[in-house]
Amino acid sequence: MKTYSPKFRPNRRSLLGGAATLAGMSFLPRGTMAAEERKLNFYNWDTYIGETTLDDFNAATGIEVKMDLFADNDELFAKLREGNPGYDLIVPTNDYVERMLVAGMLLPLDHDKIPNMSNLGANFRDASYDPGLKHSIPYMWGTIGVGYNAKRTGDITKSWKHLYDSDQFAGKISLLGDGPNVLGHAMKYLGNSLNSTNVADIKAAEELLIAQKRNIKVFADDNGQDLLVSGEVVIAQEWNGDILQVMAEDDDLSFYVPDEGGLIWQDCLCMPKGAPHPENAHAFINFILDADAGAAIADYIQYATPNEAARAKLGSEYNENPAIFPPDETVAKCEFQLYLGEEHVKNVNDAWTRVQAA
Amino acid sequence: MESFRKNQGVFWILAGPGSLWLLFFFLVPLGIVWILSFGEKAVIDGKVSITETEITWTLANYVRALADPVYLVIMWKSAWISALATTLCLIIAYPVAFVIAFASPRWRPWLLLAVILPFWINLLIRTYALIAVFRIRGYVNFTLEWTYDSLWLDRLFGPFEPLELLYNDFAVVAGLVYVFMPFMVLPLFASIERLDRSMLEASLDLGASQMATFLRVTVPLTMPGIISGVILVFIPCLGSFLTADLLGGTNATMIGNVIERQFKAANDWPFGAALSFLLMYVTFGALALRALLSRDAGMRT
Repeated sequence: MKTYSPKFRPNRRSLLGGAATLAGMSFLPRGTMAAEERKLNFYNWDTYIGETTLDDFNAATGIEVKMDLFADNDELFAKLREGNPGYDLIVPTNDYVERMLVAGMLLPLDHDKIPNMSNLGANFRDASYDPGLKHSIPYMWGTIGVGYNAKRTGDITKSWKHLYDSDQFAGKISLLGDGPNVLGHAMKYLGNSLNSTNVADIKAAEELLIAQKRNIKVFADDNGQDLLVSGEVVIAQEWNGDILQVMAEDDDLSFYVPDEGGLIWQDCLCMPKGAPHPENAHAFINFILDADAGAAIADYIQYATPNEAARAKLGSEYNENPAIFPPDETVAKCEFQLYLGEEHVKNVNDAWTRVQAA
Repeated sequence: MESFRKNQGVFWILAGPGSLWLLFFFLVPLGIVWILSFGEKAVIDGKVSITETEITWTLANYVRALADPVYLVIMWKSAWISALATTLCLIIAYPVAFVIAFASPRWRPWLLLAVILPFWINLLIRTYALIAVFRIRGYVNFTLEWTYDSLWLDRLFGPFEPLELLYNDFAVVAGLVYVFMPFMVLPLFASIERLDRSMLEASLDLGASQMATFLRVTVPLTMPGIISGVILVFIPCLGSFLTADLLGGTNATMIGNVIERQFKAANDWPFGAALSFLLMYVTFGALALRALLSRDAGMRT
């Protein structure tokens, strides 16, 4: 394991510049700006930050980061729905960024205070879910695909078929426990968009799953990788990063993103409305976008970083790993999950309830 | 009672904190959820709001829950699984409670401690521990394989095939029994301990068999404990979702899981609230029925 010693030098000019633009900010009463305490409340996923990132940030800026963890976007959303309990920075996935934007739960970011945004790769400087990145900065991205035990499955084609439409691995299959994702990929397998709001497409996906259910062992909440390692299943639908972590322990395990395409996601750094320390949140976002700090995080958590400067610091083992960076032609077929309104959320969740009760 | 009338101040000082606690942390939240169940997502500027709920006193949420058979099917299945788990708890806990009640006073506290010891560990961790016990490469299968191989059965019938113990209804029932067992043992112990043993001796002296004594003397006398135990186990079982989530297979969904999903993924709090209250009405109904039946039984004797 390589160790990094991020050399972060707080840039005097950017600090002064920050102080100047500060006065123009409209979302905080002026009185509180002058003396923002040196604290930051960060609400993040588990094992989703570099080993020393928080300490390094503290050493560089004197800001103490308190990090709380959430298990999934639903938990994050439910916690902030009735008002921000005091978080400055959160890490929602793209469709939840969109949902929170629609609900007016996010604060705009001041790009002048994030000069390291120039380190973002060309594909990441704009986003369909947040035009102009006005409220979000991409943190990590990845895919959902298929993890499998190659020793027990043999060579298999890169398709969703093995999970959704085949009894070859009957009783040894796990799918995710998250209804919208599972149904979305069924729609993708059937040749539709995973964002289709067409009720007939959702119904077809529901029927495919009900027919396949007898071959599926479990809808695993977030432990498909553990089921693979313990031999409970031989093929599992999972987030690429989760499979990568166990691939390091078990050489028989492998991962692909199906040729039909799948879901591509971006987790983003956002400031929720009512954030008590917006200045510090900007400083932290800028720190994460720094080349060395970003490289240390990516190397430790093994997710794909949108930070080009950070990628340049890492070796081929990371940059050329197809499970982290799938081939471009596969990525081209992948889709972001979109927030498509409350009616669609209800339709998909009702279909999922019927799948589970069938 | 007379003295309480005279010293109303003392009465209110003693009853006040508990009543206030119940009011603010039980009745008020429950009332809010009840009101929520008559709401719907607010429509602001022609769009369905993500965060705002409007209380319109609509019955649509209840209609939706009752009209689609899927929710009744899941509720029925939850009731069935809970009933099975409760019955198993009772069958296993009764002898355990008996042993503890009849153990020497020196041993009794230690045995009781052993029963409540699992409470010192978080439910989530205990459930994960069950996964390690039941999975294919788990302790049950290790033990079975070791026994199988030691008996040279592998030479006769081929290698050991591990049992699939996880991710099915068996695992859910086993998990519920494991988690809720202490709630059955403790009330049973309390009523068995208070049992007047001379009654048992009288029954045996008068010629009743051990079995008849148990069924016609012991069980009726400990009935209050049995009923409390059954209620204490059945009701939390009915609302549980973690066990089914972690140990259940593809159709192990219980009504608790559906309610949880309404509050999280589906972001439909009014519907989730309506489902919770339907569950509560069913529970109250069952309790009322029991009260009615026991009153009838009381009148007959």
